[in-house]
Amino acid sequence: MDDGNFDDITCPVPHPLPDKITMAHGGGGTAMQRLIEGCFAKHLDTQHHQDAAVLHADTCDLAFSTDSFVVQPLFFPGGNIGSLAVHGTVNDLAMQGARPRWLSAGYILEEGFPIAGLDRIVQSMGEAARACGVQVVTGDTKVIEHGSGSGVMINTSGVGTLDAKLQMGHQHIQPGDAVLINGDLGRHGMAIMSVRAGLAFESEIRSDSAALVAPVHALLDAGIRVRCMRDLTRGGLASATNEVCASARRDMRLRAVAVPVTESVKSACEVLGLDPLYVANEGRFMAIVAAEDVDAALEILGAHSVDCTPAHIGSINDGTAGQVILETPLGTEVILDQLSGDQLPRIC
Amino acid sequence: MKYLDEYRDPAAVQQRVKAIEAITTRPHTLMEVCGGQTHSIVKYGIDTLIPDAITLIHGPGCPVCVTPVNLIDHAIAIAEESGVIFCSFGDMLRVPGSATDLLQVKAEGADVRMVYSPLDAVRIAQENPEREVVFFAVGFETTAPANALAVYQAHQEGIKNFSILSSHVLVPPALHAILQSPQSRVQGFLAAGHVCAVTGYHAYHEIAEQYHVPIVVTGFEPLDLLQGIYHCVAQLEQGTHRVENQYARSVSEAGNVKAQELMETVFTVTDREWRGLGTLPESGLALRENFAAFDAALRYPLTTPSPGEDARCISGAILQGHKKPCDCPEFAKACTPERPLGAPMVSNEGACAAYYRYRRSAPALKDK
Repeated sequence: MDDGNFDDITCPVPHPLPDKITMAHGGGGTAMQRLIEGCFAKHLDTQHHQDAAVLHADTCDLAFSTDSFVVQPLFFPGGNIGSLAVHGTVNDLAMQGARPRWLSAGYILEEGFPIAGLDRIVQSMGEAARACGVQVVTGDTKVIEHGSGSGVMINTSGVGTLDAKLQMGHQHIQPGDAVLINGDLGRHGMAIMSVRAGLAFESEIRSDSAALVAPVHALLDAGIRVRCMRDLTRGGLASATNEVCASARRDMRLRAVAVPVTESVKSACEVLGLDPLYVANEGRFMAIVAAEDVDAALEILGAHSVDCTPAHIGSINDGTAGQVILETPLGTEVILDQLSGDQLPRIC
Repeated sequence: MKYLDEYRDPAAVQQRVKAIEAITTRPHTLMEVCGGQTHSIVKYGIDTLIPDAITLIHGPGCPVCVTPVNLIDHAIAIAEESGVIFCSFGDMLRVPGSATDLLQVKAEGADVRMVYSPLDAVRIAQENPEREVVFFAVGFETTAPANALAVYQAHQEGIKNFSILSSHVLVPPALHAILQSPQSRVQGFLAAGHVCAVTGYHAYHEIAEQYHVPIVVTGFEPLDLLQGIYHCVAQLEQGTHRVENQYARSVSEAGNVKAQELMETVFTVTDREWRGLGTLPESGLALRENFAAFDAALRYPLTTPSPGEDARCISGAILQGHKKPCDCPEFAKACTPERPLGAPMVSNEGACAAYYRYRRSAPALKDK
């Protein structure tokens, strides 16, 4: 700069984002500020002026949920940890009959993680949030040392508004009620496992990760008598049905042939010795509805399904042992039990 | 799904059940050898479809279940060595040793990795030349060829930081042991289809002849199992004891000769301890002398002797078919998949796990 000549002085151009996460991105200084502006605020429409967001709710009940996401791989066919982190929490709210309104997003980033990867993740979060009408209103970022994490971990918490008159819960389940699911099972778990195991199948298995807000509220708005809903995430249909039956002290009877599973998921499960009824889903839920409402409910669910078909898979019977009986394709009956941990692929 | 749905067809199943009913005139006790068959039988409720006169007892063919506790302890001790990456198939990870299991030591910091093939472990060894990679080579004749290939490949490529802890066992010696037991009730066998796909079934003629038992090489799908039961019952009714092959779509008399050659190159037959059965002569596979450098048992000798199995576990009687899981006083009480006393409660193929999962408490689903 020549003496006395200040013409060249301009506002400092923001440094372009470096290509990797550094410890400085979690330090609370300008590097962090640039990450917030260049990545989070850009995709999430978040106003980060304060650490806390002020929410304006009408007079109504609120539903509140939190979930942490540590999926590996971070990117998988059909989604990534970003879209998953929105769908997971939004679906937990929707299962209570709530309309998800606000989300928080907490990121734990590993030093050295590519910023371009983070950008893709946050972009997917933004798209997923906009698609189901939920706002990301507050967030936080921490950076941990290289080697002490797995790239990106995300926590989302969500608040939804709830019609106080809504009567839903396992205590409303009655004998004769029908058990419906909104589509085929096992895609998310097998998509993840196929990538992890390096297995290639004839047709790629894509995760079913999706927001369930629209189908849930379509059911409720149409006056379908929904007794209770559950998303079929970890532990799959088997865990969800067992949890509901145990809390409700009602027995459920499912027909194996009525449960839709795609050919590619079936094949992948056969190869690894897994049962699709125990495999995780991220865009599937079970609705227990009054028997008279089955046809109307299936029609509504069908209208909100992009690439799957809803199914009536069973019913609640008179028993009060809290167990789930599965009618096998051969017509025999077995217990559909809950697993104590993850399914482990078999030896041979 | 092609090649599977046909073997789960309800109408064909009903037809087979009727055929079995038609030929059954008196009680028969059959043993399905393989844990995969047990699981399929319980999962589909096949034992509830067949006539009451036919009793199915569950054999020793679950590789996880028959691996003795001291070998699990040895695996755990190796996994805890610093610098070791310990690789295992998934369903070995939860099997209890005398004090802990592999998942627990992983949580405590050991580098335990689940792999889907022994060749993955060889690749991990190549990628981590500064670390020692040990693969837990369990299984019957089904997994032995792939494990032999892993050792052979490591040998060919001069990979020095790879070794296996061999726990391989062989089916025919176990059948001899079961039939020689004075408590044995077994009148006929459904031999394990996948094992025979590798070994063929010539070794079974001698067993059928010596003990006068029919042996039917059988697959794993409902229709396979019913067909196997049908052939076995037909022989018992006629008083014959031949070896038959129900699973001809996968199994030939000679088996997979290439796989056998590979096993022969890398392994030699040795005495082996089985959980619940004790040490059976010439019942396992150990690395040959020229592959001894890949033997993890030699690289990491077990220094403290293992205290052995939990005395409450009756896995020996279960694995020999003397008792059923629900005969065990600890079944679903002190012993559950969460806190197993023995391996049969853990493995995907374990009889206790299958009963726990599909039969536990439904009053309508009585065990026969």
